[in-house]
Amino acid sequence: MLSIKNLRVSIQDKIILKDFNLEVKQGEVHAIMGPNGTGKSTLASVIAGKDMFDVEEGEITFLGKDLLEMDPEIRAREGIFLGFQYPVEIPGVSMAVFLRTAINEKRKYHGLEPLSGAEFLKLMEKRKNLVEIHSKLTNRSVNEGFSGGEKKKNEIFQMAMLEPRLAILDETDSGLDIDALKVVAHGVNTLRKPENATIVITHYQRLLEYIIPDFVHVLFDGRIVKSGGKELAIELEEKGYDWVRKEAGIEETL
Amino acid sequence: MSNLTENMTAEQMMINTFSDNFDAITSSDTQAITLLRQRAIESLKKNGLPDDDTENWRFTSLDPLFNTPFKFDFSNKSRPFDISKIFSCDIYDLDTFSITLLNGWYVYQNAPLTTLSNGTIIGSLSKAMEVYPELIDKYIGTLTDLEQPGLSALNTAFFQDGIFIYVPEGVEVEKPIQVINIIDSEDPVMVHARHLVIQEKNSKLTLVHCDHSLTHNISFTSSVTESFLEKRAHQEFYKIQNKGPNSAVINNAFFRQKHLSNLVTHALILNGGFTKNMVNVALQESQTKAELNGLYMVDSNQHVDNQIFVDHIAPECESEQLYKGILDDEATAVFSGKIMVRKEAQKTLAYQNNKNILLTDDAKANTQPQLEIYADDVKCSHGATVGQLDPEAMFYLRSRGLNPKTARQLLLYAFAREIVQRISIEPLRERIDHMIDKRLKGELSICDQCVLHCNSKEPTVFNIDVSKL
Repeated sequence: MLSIKNLRVSIQDKIILKDFNLEVKQGEVHAIMGPNGTGKSTLASVIAGKDMFDVEEGEITFLGKDLLEMDPEIRAREGIFLGFQYPVEIPGVSMAVFLRTAINEKRKYHGLEPLSGAEFLKLMEKRKNLVEIHSKLTNRSVNEGFSGGEKKKNEIFQMAMLEPRLAILDETDSGLDIDALKVVAHGVNTLRKPENATIVITHYQRLLEYIIPDFVHVLFDGRIVKSGGKELAIELEEKGYDWVRKEAGIEETL
Repeated sequence: MSNLTENMTAEQMMINTFSDNFDAITSSDTQAITLLRQRAIESLKKNGLPDDDTENWRFTSLDPLFNTPFKFDFSNKSRPFDISKIFSCDIYDLDTFSITLLNGWYVYQNAPLTTLSNGTIIGSLSKAMEVYPELIDKYIGTLTDLEQPGLSALNTAFFQDGIFIYVPEGVEVEKPIQVINIIDSEDPVMVHARHLVIQEKNSKLTLVHCDHSLTHNISFTSSVTESFLEKRAHQEFYKIQNKGPNSAVINNAFFRQKHLSNLVTHALILNGGFTKNMVNVALQESQTKAELNGLYMVDSNQHVDNQIFVDHIAPECESEQLYKGILDDEATAVFSGKIMVRKEAQKTLAYQNNKNILLTDDAKANTQPQLEIYADDVKCSHGATVGQLDPEAMFYLRSRGLNPKTARQLLLYAFAREIVQRISIEPLRERIDHMIDKRLKGELSICDQCVLHCNSKEPTVFNIDVSKL
């Protein structure tokens, strides 16, 4: 489904990702772990199409298509969803207008009729319940005045509305208390389908107790240095990251 | 009709025009007004018109304007006329008491002065000068500063008519009063209109000024409004401008506020070749409030200048300025906002913010916040931004599947909405909202409101082209 080969990414001449390879198949959940500053969020942004990074080498294909050739909105309509680590507050743009536009642009792209106002509202109510959002979103601006937990729930809510093929959740667990974490995980698990895939980017093993990964990869110095099953996450929780770094022969940097 | 002659300074031309037409200009004057005009002419001789060296005129030049051979219409009188033949406001559900000025002259259906059942007097200033000379003399010219090189002196010398409103004590004028300023002339015309608004204690008034041009010809309108808010008076003042590219408008509004009075102003500039709006607020007694809002959306080579002066004279007053602008093509905008906090004005709260979004490299915004504070127990802040749309917000919207054009429109619309939401008259708010939406899609034309069908001319469509971002 998603195939990343020999990816090399820099920002202002600083290499962030190098020799990066990843294969994600339908139905799989991959966890990408690693300490701060190892390139996890860069990976998420590059897949979603943020143009501040230079892709110097390598390729990314999604469902057989060259992803790097596509603008961010085309990637979204093809089925990629990025759950932001820091969802952006957009005062004055209503959640309802924004999401309805997004859904209908995607439907148009796939040759489907737009959702009517009533259909959209019905879907919105259903999906809101999934992530236990109780406030009336119709009259709220995108993320404006949302608490940290609400913003993350709102990301999963948008994911539920857009029904992506591949969801990338960038540090969705950061800043969440255990109750919110369970809600978010429940949302993600409910939306799992055999034909879809999920990439969970996280620093801690905690989220992976609720979203069980098929594969765990450890990112260090811009590349995957170790991969394993879900037990690798538990080992990392117990022993920290240092042993992986040493095993990979990477110098400790400040 | 008289003509400006060539090869003279603009001041000299105007002074000569005044002398040549003295009898016509002063024909409805009270004695005090004629004296006021003579002071104004003396000031013009001494101080001249504003030039590049004049404070607050550095980025807005009058020179190109005065190169035009303008004509004047001094002998016209406020007259009965069926305005609906040439213009109708298309905000259908906006229920107002509507009055019209055509080339600066009051146009009426029944009488030049109307007294409502609650005692409110609305009508022609020229007529009011005749009927209520003592009232007019008590107020007129008391807020303008004739000693500055500015447009106040010019307006004072030349005005003949305009709007007069008097709201008695305790009266809340239910319907908004809508003043429609129309310019319609075959020749390039210069118009000086004067408005006087007197609100007694505990009165309430909503005033909506709409500036329209029904012609593609060159015009220059200067207006001076003097507005008096006595104790606990409340006024909401709107200035809506949707003018042609060859129109120049200079508005100078003065407000004087007494104890516990409350003023809210909205300047909404959707089009206009050359616009300068000056708002001067004197918070003369304690616990008064003034909220000044502005939104300007300009393109091609339009120029808009908003100049604010809020004078905190008394303690415990509150003022807030929020002006936002979207500039396309080679449009230019100036914002100069001054907050003066005098020594006695302790516990002042004064805020000012000006935000500009430039859609092209050629658009320019000059923003000059100025704070002058002589009291020590005050809370003041000012901020100004000139920039592009937030790239993080753009990426967020695009990452959900929105195309860049839609994303930009949503963000620009949201940017403008912060001001639009402050409009308290619902039909007007909805209408402006709709006009802004059209403006952002490049579908708004000044011809939208016009019933003159000038078939010879192409409709002028102004286009803020968001694809350039």
